[in-house]
Amino acid sequence: MSALLKSREAILALAIALLLVVIASRFPAFVTPGNLASVFTDTSPLILLALGQMVVILTKCIDLSVTANLALCGMIAALMNGAGVPLPLILLLVVALGAVLGAVNGLLVWKLDIPSIVVTLGTMTIYRGIIFLLTDGKWVNAHQMSEGFKAFPRAVFLGLPVMAWIAILGIVAFVLLVNRTPLGRAFYAVGGNPHAAVYTGISVGRTQFAAFVLSGALAGFVGYLWVARYAVAYVDIASGFELDVVAACVIGGIAIAGGAGSVAGCVMGALFLGIMKNALPVVGISPFWQMAISGAAILIAIAFNARGSGPKGRLILKTPEVRA
Amino acid sequence: MTAHTQGRVIPDRLTSPLARALRSWEALLLLVAVAIFIANSFASPYFLDPWNLSDASFNFTEKAMIAFAMAMLIIAGDIDLSVASIIALASTVMGAAALAGADVPVLVGLGLGTGLLCGAFNGLLVAGFGLPSIVVTIGTMSLFRGISYIVLGDQAYTEYPKGFGYFGQGYVWWVFSFELVLFAVMAVVFGLLLHKTNFGRATYAIGNNATAARFSGIRVDRIRFILFLLTGLCSGIAAVCLTSRLGSTRPSIGTGYELEVVTMVVLGGVNILGGSGSIHGVVIAAFVMGLVTFGLGLLNVPGIVMSIIIGLLLIGVIALPRLWRMWRK
Repeated sequence: MSALLKSREAILALAIALLLVVIASRFPAFVTPGNLASVFTDTSPLILLALGQMVVILTKCIDLSVTANLALCGMIAALMNGAGVPLPLILLLVVALGAVLGAVNGLLVWKLDIPSIVVTLGTMTIYRGIIFLLTDGKWVNAHQMSEGFKAFPRAVFLGLPVMAWIAILGIVAFVLLVNRTPLGRAFYAVGGNPHAAVYTGISVGRTQFAAFVLSGALAGFVGYLWVARYAVAYVDIASGFELDVVAACVIGGIAIAGGAGSVAGCVMGALFLGIMKNALPVVGISPFWQMAISGAAILIAIAFNARGSGPKGRLILKTPEVRA
Repeated sequence: MTAHTQGRVIPDRLTSPLARALRSWEALLLLVAVAIFIANSFASPYFLDPWNLSDASFNFTEKAMIAFAMAMLIIAGDIDLSVASIIALASTVMGAAALAGADVPVLVGLGLGTGLLCGAFNGLLVAGFGLPSIVVTIGTMSLFRGISYIVLGDQAYTEYPKGFGYFGQGYVWWVFSFELVLFAVMAVVFGLLLHKTNFGRATYAIGNNATAARFSGIRVDRIRFILFLLTGLCSGIAAVCLTSRLGSTRPSIGTGYELEVVTMVVLGGVNILGGSGSIHGVVIAAFVMGLVTFGLGLLNVPGIVMSIIIGLLLIGVIALPRLWRMWRK
């Protein structure tokens, strides 16, 4: 199994390398370290959200409300900034709020046993609706935000913007969480075989709840990053982006049935989409192609995943003379 | 997830059919519909006007047409999140054909044909290759609408022949619009298909236990494929009606319909995990959602607040019976 996963990630790494080579053959400027770093920075929100989505999908759930959560937390961050709340407190509060919004999803899944797709389809519209109720549909524009609020994600530290460092930090934290902690193993156990997980003393619902809280907290944090980086907050920010987040996971080989997938795959899935998105205008293809391309990428990726998982049953006694 | 920890109670006698019908989800829903109707007629003096009510029916007819097929699909244990994107693609194909000078019958044929093709594509991936329907249709949701964006970008098709307006704006008799009549006809057809045919029984069987259904001789994959085909066709029908009503096609046409269709189906008492549900439940749910949106519209409630209410409805209708059961225990 691990050999299979390794080869899967190798295929993905190869696909990314191939993509870069093809782009570089026409536009060498795209693969300069400086540009690649800016592509990575641009992909950071997707990477962070995909990591949160990954643990949710590992536990057999799906969180379609991440970007609505992001938009709501981003708007509240912008409003708090307008009210003069200091930045560290804003950061703390948006993470907490995101976690609470995620916990709402998690509680509905855990305590009421409602399928996650229904819960998050519902909360997706509710969270976005709340932004409208808060603001009456008004925008918070760049001139209404303080300089410090906007500058933090762009501040350069050791040659990379803070935003990119946060993504790197997130990746490291998730590698440790998923591989080195009981909770991380529980995510895999619950997704791989919920019944067996119960017998080993893992609460399925509680683990799913934890995954939703994690995904929500990340979405809240990315909400601030998003609003600060683009210097605008309104009802529809990042609308539809949840599909890209799920796409990044699926492309990265996170099995939608739960229990299988790796941080490396997830990050590469996000990078694949990020490179594609940044390369399209360079290559001269209209950005309107992006939606269809990510759709096609999802379909190709699931076809790949299914091929990798192989037949469900297996013939254990082929012919009588094998053992004889 | 908790099925393995709960015992099963087998009652010593069956409740009478009438008592069962009265205590059913559909009866409760009907009560809700009547209550909303009465509340609305008090809330606004314009509500009870037959023409206003007829206008209000456009709030739900197109979505309900898809909801019938979606109900069967969900009962069989699958889901199709790409329906709104099928509308966009079918509408784009019709718009392009209309620009090239196609006639009304050709346009309708193309709309339905595109729907069928998209449904067949979903069905092939899910039933043919055994891929999970949620991700497949999340993928095709991007793909189908993405193709519309490639074709149209930020443009729109607005040139449709005169006769094409009938499907979305025409009236069969008095206040009964073509869409409302089509909605009623499709309700009857799907009601018969689900509740009175072998195909319908097989749909329930697959949703309850696909493996057992296969061993009892049901061609599971073929039926699932046909259900995706039907959902695609119904999305094509909805695309014809919606395009005709709006008289224009943009790539963002029908955005978010999949949520409302799924909400309608779940509100109608269909189990989201498959295996149970009814078409009459979906019909009543369509009226409930139509009445809620229309009533709130008369009270000048903005669309996004209505979508909050739809979201709350979706979660509420599933959560409340479960809370009730937990509370009684």
